[in-house]
Amino acid sequence: MKCALGMAVTQFPSCFTLNSPKVRLFTVNCQSVSPAASGSSSTGLVEKPWKVSDARLVLEDGSVWRAKSFGASGTQVGEVVFNTSLTGYQEILTDPSYAGQFVLMTNPHIGNTGVNFDDEESKQCFLAGLVIRSLSISTSNWRCTETLGEYLASRNIMGIYDVDTRAITRRLREDGSLIGVLSTEESKTDEELLKVSRTWDIVGVDLISGVTCKAPYEWVDRTGSEWEFNLNGRNEDTFQVVAYDFGIKHNILRRLASYGCKITVVPSTWPASETLKMKPDGVLFSNGPGDPSAVPYAVEAVKEIIGKVPVFGICMGHQLLGQALGGKTFKMKFGHHGGNHPVRNIRNGRVEISAQNHNYAVDPESLPEGVEVTHVNLNDGSCAGLAFPQQKLMSLQYHPEASPGPHDSDLVFGEFIELMKQERQRT
Amino acid sequence: MRDLADNVVIICSIENIDPMGVHTGDSITVAPAQTLTDKEYQRLRDYSIAIIREIGVECGGSNVQFAVNPEDGEVMIIEMNPRVSRSSALASKATGFPIAKMAAKLSVGYSLDQIPNDITKKTPASFEPSIDYVVTKIPRFAFEKFPGSEPILTTQMKSVGESMAVGRTFQESFQKAVRSLECGYSGWGCAKVKELDWEWEQLKYSLRVPSPDRMHSIYAAMKRGMKVDDIHELSYVDKWFLTQLKELVDVEQYLLARNLSQLTKDDFWEVKRRGFSDKQIAFATKSTEKEVRSKRLSLGVKPVYKRVDTCAAEFEADTPYMYSSYEFECESAPTNRKKVLILGGGPNRIGQGIEFDYCCCHTSFALQDAGYETIMMNSNPETVSTDYDTSDRLYFEPLTVEDVLNIIDLEGPDGIIVQFGGQTPLKLSLPIQQYLDERKPNCRSGYGLVRIWGTSPDSIDAAEDRERFNAILTELQIEQPKGGIAKSEKDALAIAADIGYPVVVRPSYVLGGRAMEIVYSDEKLVTYLETAVEVDPERPVLIDKYLSDAIEIDIDALADSHGNVVIGGIMEHIEQAGVHSGDSACMLPTKTVSLSCLETIRSWTTKLAKKLNVCGLMNCQYAITASGDVFLLEANPRASRTVPFVSKAIGHPLAKYAALVMSGKSLHDLQFTKEVIPAHVSVKEAVLPFEKFQGADVLLGPEMRSTGEVMGIHSESSIAFAKAQIAAGQKPPLSGTLFLSLNDLTKPHLASIARAFLGVGFTLAATSGTAHVLELEGLPVERVLKMHEGRPHAGDMIANGQIQMMVVTSSGDQLDQIDGRKLRRMALAYKIPIITTVAGALATAEAIKSLKCSKIEMTALQDYFSSEKATKSTKTLQSVSST
Repeated sequence: MKCALGMAVTQFPSCFTLNSPKVRLFTVNCQSVSPAASGSSSTGLVEKPWKVSDARLVLEDGSVWRAKSFGASGTQVGEVVFNTSLTGYQEILTDPSYAGQFVLMTNPHIGNTGVNFDDEESKQCFLAGLVIRSLSISTSNWRCTETLGEYLASRNIMGIYDVDTRAITRRLREDGSLIGVLSTEESKTDEELLKVSRTWDIVGVDLISGVTCKAPYEWVDRTGSEWEFNLNGRNEDTFQVVAYDFGIKHNILRRLASYGCKITVVPSTWPASETLKMKPDGVLFSNGPGDPSAVPYAVEAVKEIIGKVPVFGICMGHQLLGQALGGKTFKMKFGHHGGNHPVRNIRNGRVEISAQNHNYAVDPESLPEGVEVTHVNLNDGSCAGLAFPQQKLMSLQYHPEASPGPHDSDLVFGEFIELMKQERQRT
Repeated sequence: MRDLADNVVIICSIENIDPMGVHTGDSITVAPAQTLTDKEYQRLRDYSIAIIREIGVECGGSNVQFAVNPEDGEVMIIEMNPRVSRSSALASKATGFPIAKMAAKLSVGYSLDQIPNDITKKTPASFEPSIDYVVTKIPRFAFEKFPGSEPILTTQMKSVGESMAVGRTFQESFQKAVRSLECGYSGWGCAKVKELDWEWEQLKYSLRVPSPDRMHSIYAAMKRGMKVDDIHELSYVDKWFLTQLKELVDVEQYLLARNLSQLTKDDFWEVKRRGFSDKQIAFATKSTEKEVRSKRLSLGVKPVYKRVDTCAAEFEADTPYMYSSYEFECESAPTNRKKVLILGGGPNRIGQGIEFDYCCCHTSFALQDAGYETIMMNSNPETVSTDYDTSDRLYFEPLTVEDVLNIIDLEGPDGIIVQFGGQTPLKLSLPIQQYLDERKPNCRSGYGLVRIWGTSPDSIDAAEDRERFNAILTELQIEQPKGGIAKSEKDALAIAADIGYPVVVRPSYVLGGRAMEIVYSDEKLVTYLETAVEVDPERPVLIDKYLSDAIEIDIDALADSHGNVVIGGIMEHIEQAGVHSGDSACMLPTKTVSLSCLETIRSWTTKLAKKLNVCGLMNCQYAITASGDVFLLEANPRASRTVPFVSKAIGHPLAKYAALVMSGKSLHDLQFTKEVIPAHVSVKEAVLPFEKFQGADVLLGPEMRSTGEVMGIHSESSIAFAKAQIAAGQKPPLSGTLFLSLNDLTKPHLASIARAFLGVGFTLAATSGTAHVLELEGLPVERVLKMHEGRPHAGDMIANGQIQMMVVTSSGDQLDQIDGRKLRRMALAYKIPIITTVAGALATAEAIKSLKCSKIEMTALQDYFSSEKATKSTKTLQSVSST
């Protein structure tokens, strides 16, 4: 392949800069691969016990990262975000909120426990690709049914490893989320890939239509019961909940079911009138990928529903509620992606360690009077939860259903139950 | 951690490589846990929080240990510690979240969200650290010092120290942790390990039964073709770790098939990323470490330094807490300030413990005050030096030539301090000096070349090289016990015949009393040479006259680069010469030493310090015979184990002074120009770990075995001694029966010991030989049967609570090895104070006497030193820092 700076011929993950405007220059010398050189020197000797670099990640800032591929091959563009969760890569892979994104895991060892049936958060992987430091050479877990590499390959998802994930994370922290192109195609030049990354944008793209279900269905849980937790203080009542699927995680449904809900999952475009006809006790607006401003139809549906039945928004659902109430959402620098964010529950003063995954947030200043900020992210003071008691509305920016992540905020599902109960008693 | 507002955060998950059954303190552990899915991890998290709440830890840290069955995920709770524990120290270093510091703040009423994260400063402490590296801890053992105890790991913790290493991957951190241990390995594999030659059955046994060397057995088994599955079946080490290790063996095979010149940049990169040291690569490619280093650097493969920041780079962190890795981006950002690199002591071990860390920390504090940027390098998670806020910059790195040179290249410090970390950095001083002489690297500050501060490596070598040292002593007319170097058994017998028995024998190539023995006959000498050590021209054995009944003296002195020498303190050992100074109780000031002897000691020490051009601290050991002759036993031109004790006894921070002296200050500048002889008495006593080592004998000898020490202070020496005994866990009873059993060498002192204890109201019991002597002296004694003579015997009396204290000296014969040892182990099991030296017995009798007629009072250490002096010494340091 062609190397823009014409450097030495070795093959390890590294980075170099292209001579293009508005591109930072890095001080480190970087190299590129000559495919002919790889492995040829070892003829007659013990084979290299490692794979040779065969992939690139080109970021829109001009940096090129050599890496080794696993999973699918080809070329893919997406927004690079980092996730600081130490566990739960399978849940992250199957979280539809990551549609259109390359997820970079900051924990270096990924794949150690393989993948299994119970840890799926949706029916498929929607993310654009996975960027990790070290791909496990073996798996160790009694639930494991498949290796991560096989799993991604069969789902046609690209992965790369052996890159300096910490260096990329620091870049994302400084510059904000970056668009990147992942490629295993040596025929494509770095400039071509860079061009792709600079012409693609995630802002304003409706990613939800690609991840939502096609028709309504009743939720039936097939997860092993051993993973049930926090069963105290349940009552016998059951509630009918309609859940809007903007890319819903199964664990939201599992938790609602655990608290006594019967759930009908409906597509993102499901008309509000149809929902109200179903006479639900409550409506849940789920998490989902991308920009809330890209789905005005969803905001309209939310507007029609609020005030009529108790509603609960999670993540994208929270942002849609914010917009429906007349508030503004904005794109954050690099968002919140991890399982260790402290959130203050303002109502009881307690700090909850939360699972977070969002790039957009609601600006609380823009919300009408009567809307209460109930949760605040303590790392940056951003709005992490809202309530509008008059409208029987509650929402969280983060993931009380965890999976992956801590269970500290699980009780919020109980609050939603309480809201529906009060409404039932009132009417 | 939980706060008073009931917020709970989990700081760190740590997974043991050794399966359940080995104490966590003795297990190789890895953070974060590697083989749990999120569901399993969150389940443990939920359980931990529920347990903390239920137990009622209202605020502070706790530790919960779980066992997870890898077959089906079944969870068992092993234990919970409702307090800050050893693992909290490890977790703090592993994550950068200072658990004890936070617990202290929580205890005065702060809640976690009110405290800023110590590293990011901007985010609150109410979060859970996320780490983007792997931490491995490996314990260090000392079974060789406890003959009779089997090197088998159980639920009783037996390790004496540990190393921790940080790497981006498990392989990298594990290899670094192995080489940090300083047990003769430069990493895992690429070495000639003894297990490679074992019979299969023996090897399989060593995989099945946990021991300190099990990791090397795994290596040998893999090298010899055993499958990961089979190793797992025997050891139950998780296959995830085993396959990681197997890959290291594959890489080693790859290297073995090549020579150095064939290695490409890519090869180097891949190999170094897996944590292999240059020395390992040299072993595999049959080259030298130096050749590997220069080839590697010529290819541009060098480490970068990443920061430990609690948040996996999510937030900016200014705290320079760093570790090396072979990666793309370096975050070290070295400054151009005037700076000093301080090399720490590595893992704690017997003979090199926290005393040296004390010195390193004080050095850092003093030089920071004096305006230097201090850079600490160490691999021991149990220390203060590896706190990220002790020095300006911290490199959590192995203390090997390769790793130190990497830091020197990167930081370009003005000075390197090797004097304070014990043997570990001293051993590095010659290669470092050689490197500095060859490369002549410049300081980043622009003030000339990088150099080693303090006493030159050559002087240190002169003191350690027997022949050079002898020449110096002859020139200075300093006496030392007669002795010689034996290169064969014949030599040894001739030397012994010349100087006369008893003699002290020890191998010349190890320090710290390792394998040192006192020998009383030709027969014993031959046995020693046949069993304990090898003797050949390459590994000579040192033979010295053993000075029976001599008093041993320890002295610490401070010398500046202007040739001034001040005595820091002179300590008199309570146990006779022959007991390792680290195991012996000692007092400051001396009690029985004549003024003329003290004068000799002072003048010899001063002479020697000047001759060796000591700049900083020096420690000497002397023996004074009954006739008043003084002999120099040993001189070490470096900080010694006794520096913290002396500093506290005299009220002057010797390590700080030494650091400032090394930076160029004179003792006059520090206003430390005269030996301080305090009016109060300070006694240091050793703490011994015998009860942890099943089957080991408790007798003291020339080989050091203590793992800690305590100090007692009082205006009267006997009370100071009593305080030290109580603190060491040997609370002397004030009345009861004393069991006496003295060997022939110490029998002459029997009567005086007996009278001393009779005088404080004890009754005596003894077996036939000892009783016979007492009866001849007309002293009342109850005769007791020896253990092999029938029942009830001495052991039964111990079990029945009829014996309150024991004075036992060993004859060391066959019978004593069985009978006496058993009795001593029983005393240990029943926690009966046992004294194994004559001097110790007499001092104890005196302490009991004092305890009976006076109460122990508590006085703050500061109150022993006049307030006037305290202000003066503060002033001194301030004036230094302002210059």
